[in-house]
Amino acid sequence: MATIIVEVMLKPEILDPQGQAVAAALPRLGFNFAQSVRQGKRFEIVVAGEPTHAQLAEVEQAAEKLLSNPVIETYVVKVEK
Amino acid sequence: MRIGVVTFPGSLDDSSALRAIRLAGGEAVPLFHASDDLKEVQAVVLPGGFSYGDYLRCGAISRFAPIMSSIIVAAEHGFPVLGICNGFQILTESHLLPGALIRNQDLHFICKDQPLTVENVNTPWTSGYTKGERIVVPIKNGEGSFQASAQTLSELEDEGRVVLRYADVNPNGSQNNIAGITNARGNVVGVMPHPEQAIESLTGPSEDGLTFFTSILHSLVGR
Repeated sequence: MATIIVEVMLKPEILDPQGQAVAAALPRLGFNFAQSVRQGKRFEIVVAGEPTHAQLAEVEQAAEKLLSNPVIETYVVKVEK
Repeated sequence: MRIGVVTFPGSLDDSSALRAIRLAGGEAVPLFHASDDLKEVQAVVLPGGFSYGDYLRCGAISRFAPIMSSIIVAAEHGFPVLGICNGFQILTESHLLPGALIRNQDLHFICKDQPLTVENVNTPWTSGYTKGERIVVPIKNGEGSFQASAQTLSELEDEGRVVLRYADVNPNGSQNNIAGITNARGNVVGVMPHPEQAIESLTGPSEDGLTFFTSILHSLVGR
């Protein structure tokens, strides 16, 4: 069993009001480390056995077609053991 | 004239859109997301709401509903489609319209009567307005901020494809104050404001929205 991770982030040039709200809340709690914050999504997809190249190619397709919107977002596919 | 309105799981304004079509003098035809049957309608409205709970991204899951496969093919051949609010989000996710709608700039859900300028009166949905006409129509959304690449924006502007623009104050951070756009052919229109909620003085801030529905009926008669 392995987990395929798909991480989706808004493109850098797209405004991220949620990330900005988090960045503004941190100093109110005394956390002063953040210059900026961007918020994204993480999908954990469990597959039986080791993921094959064909499976990973399908996950890439799904990430392109459904999990992300390429107009405003980018994605990364990784495998976690 | 048969105009369809699609109900998705989580649609809210489908009955209001059906009612607006009836009030304009058309035959309103309910359509269902799970069927690919367009029931011989001559145009279709994708109504507002929170289809599939806005899960993943607004409109992202509705895009793959069976009815959408019929609508996408028809739209590519000139079939008139109007997407209102969530319907607009579904149209951008379907790539029938460019750009995307993201969380409002201040994160608020905004519900108010919104002054707008009608900029494109060449679509079948806006032909009854005069260019530059100021109208008041409610907006009610949390993710209405229109975003597109610089190239897409200049295409929209250069080709006159901005249909509605927010007048006075930009409520949500939309680029170029864009509240509604059309495709290159002009048959597909997406708007964030709700014309179906401004069709009579008893229930809306104006009757300005009714012109969307009378326009499509006149356009279909003229074909």
